[in-house]
Amino acid sequence: MRWIDRQRNIVDFSLSSLLRRWKKNLALLCVYTFVVFIVASVVFFAEALKREAALVLEGAPDVVVQRLVAGRHDLISSAHMEKLSRITGVSDVKGRLWAYYFEPSVGANYTMVVSEESSARPGAVAIGAGVSRTLGAGEGDIISFRAHDGTYVGLEVARVFSASSELVAADLVEISAADFRSLFGVPESIYTDLTLRVRNPKETIVVADKIRRLLPDTRPILRAEMLRTYEALFDWRGGLVLAVFAGAALAFIIFAWDKATSLTLEERRELGILKAVGWETSEVILLKSWEGITISLTAFLLGLILAYVHVFFTSGTLFEPVLKGWAVLYPRFQPVPFIDPYQVATLFFLTVVPYTLATIIPSWGAATIDPDTIMRQ
Amino acid sequence: MRMRKSSLFIAFTTGSVVCLALLFAHGAAERRDQAPVINEKRSIVERLGLTDLCLFTDARYTRNPAMADRSTPFQDNPMSLDYFPSGSVLAPPPHLRSYALD
Repeated sequence: MRWIDRQRNIVDFSLSSLLRRWKKNLALLCVYTFVVFIVASVVFFAEALKREAALVLEGAPDVVVQRLVAGRHDLISSAHMEKLSRITGVSDVKGRLWAYYFEPSVGANYTMVVSEESSARPGAVAIGAGVSRTLGAGEGDIISFRAHDGTYVGLEVARVFSASSELVAADLVEISAADFRSLFGVPESIYTDLTLRVRNPKETIVVADKIRRLLPDTRPILRAEMLRTYEALFDWRGGLVLAVFAGAALAFIIFAWDKATSLTLEERRELGILKAVGWETSEVILLKSWEGITISLTAFLLGLILAYVHVFFTSGTLFEPVLKGWAVLYPRFQPVPFIDPYQVATLFFLTVVPYTLATIIPSWGAATIDPDTIMRQ
Repeated sequence: MRMRKSSLFIAFTTGSVVCLALLFAHGAAERRDQAPVINEKRSIVERLGLTDLCLFTDARYTRNPAMADRSTPFQDNPMSLDYFPSGSVLAPPPHLRSYALD
C-alpha cells in the first residue's frame, strides 16, 4: 500500500508538471496520437485484408496455366487441355474464359467472367454491386456492351451480386460462354487460360514442374503463389505498410531526438529544485518516467481506439484515395476485424517504450548533476 | 471534495482499456457474424474460378496481380513506364521475383 501511495503521489506531481506546460504537452499528445492512429490503422487494415484474402482464396483453382507469346499473356487452345489432363495427378482441367472490358460511358473497367455452372443464361448477365452502382443498373435492366466488331449487344441484368461480396465481385460481369465468345470474337475451343485441380496437394509443385517441361510456352501459377501475393501486399515488414512505418519511425526519432536534446532551462531548474529539497535521483527518474508513460500510454490507447473505429466502422475512409487511384469503380467493403495480439504488443513496444526511454535519459543526465550548478544556469 | 489527478488518470486509462476491450470483443462478434459472408465470397471465388481480390480496378496488373507477368506494367510501348497510381502501391508478387519457375 505504501508503495502504491508513493507512486500515486509521484503521478500527481508529474501530472501537475505536465499541466504547467499544457499547451506544449497537448500538441505533443495530439501529434503522438495521430502517429499511433495512422500506424495502427494500416496494421489493422492490412491484417484484416490479409486474413480475409487467405480465407476467400481457399476456393481459388489449384493451378492456373497461362500461355505466353512474345512475353505477353495470350489465349490458349483446348489442345493444351488434352496434354495437361494426361499428366499424372491432374484432375478436372477446365478452360477459363475471362476478359477486361472498358466501359467508355462511365470510364470504368469491368471483369467479364464465364463459369460452367453459370447462373447467367444466354442474353443475361449477373453484375457486381460496383458495376450496378456505376451504371445505375438493377435487376431487369438492359446493359449494352460494345462487341469486337463495333456492334452493341444488349444483355439483361438477371442478378446483382450482394454488396457484401464487393471485395471479390465489385467489378464482375458474369456472362454466358456463348455471349462472351460473340462479344470478344473468341472462337470455340480457345480459352483465356486453363485451370486444373491436383489430387494430392503435396504434388502441386511436381505437377507445375511437369507442366513447364511439357508445355514450354506456358506458365503455371499455383494457388499458394496467389495467396503469397496478398501476404506480400499486406505484410507489415514490407511494401505499402513498411512505407507508412518508415514515416512513423522517422516521426518517433524526431520525438526522441527533441526530447533527448531539449530539456528546457525551466525543466532543468525544476529538477535542480527537487534535488535541493531532498528528492533522490531515483525519485526524479521515476517522476520523469511517469511523465513519459502518461503521454505515451494515453496516445497509444487513444490512437488504437481511433484506428479501430476508422478501419472497422468507417471502412478505412482515409485509405480510400490510395486504393482508388484512377479507378472509377472503387469496391466498397467493410473489413472483417482480424486483430493479431502480437501486432498490438509490437505497436505498444514501438510507441510507448521508446518515448518513455527518451524522456528518462536526458532527465537522468540532469538529475545526476549538482543541484546548485543546475539552479545557477 | 476535489479528485486527485492520479485518480483521474487511472479512471481515464481504465476507461480507455475497457473501451478497447469492448472494441476487440466487437471484433470477435463481427468475425462470427461475418462467417456466412466470407463463405459466400469463397463460393463465388470457387464457382467463377477467381484468383484475386477486387482491390484496384484501374490497371489490369493490379486488378489481378497474381496473374500479371513481369513486364505487364511496362508493356504498353518500348521504354513505357508504369503510370497507374495503384502500380506504386502494389509490390510485384513474390513469384514474379523468383526465377525458380523459369
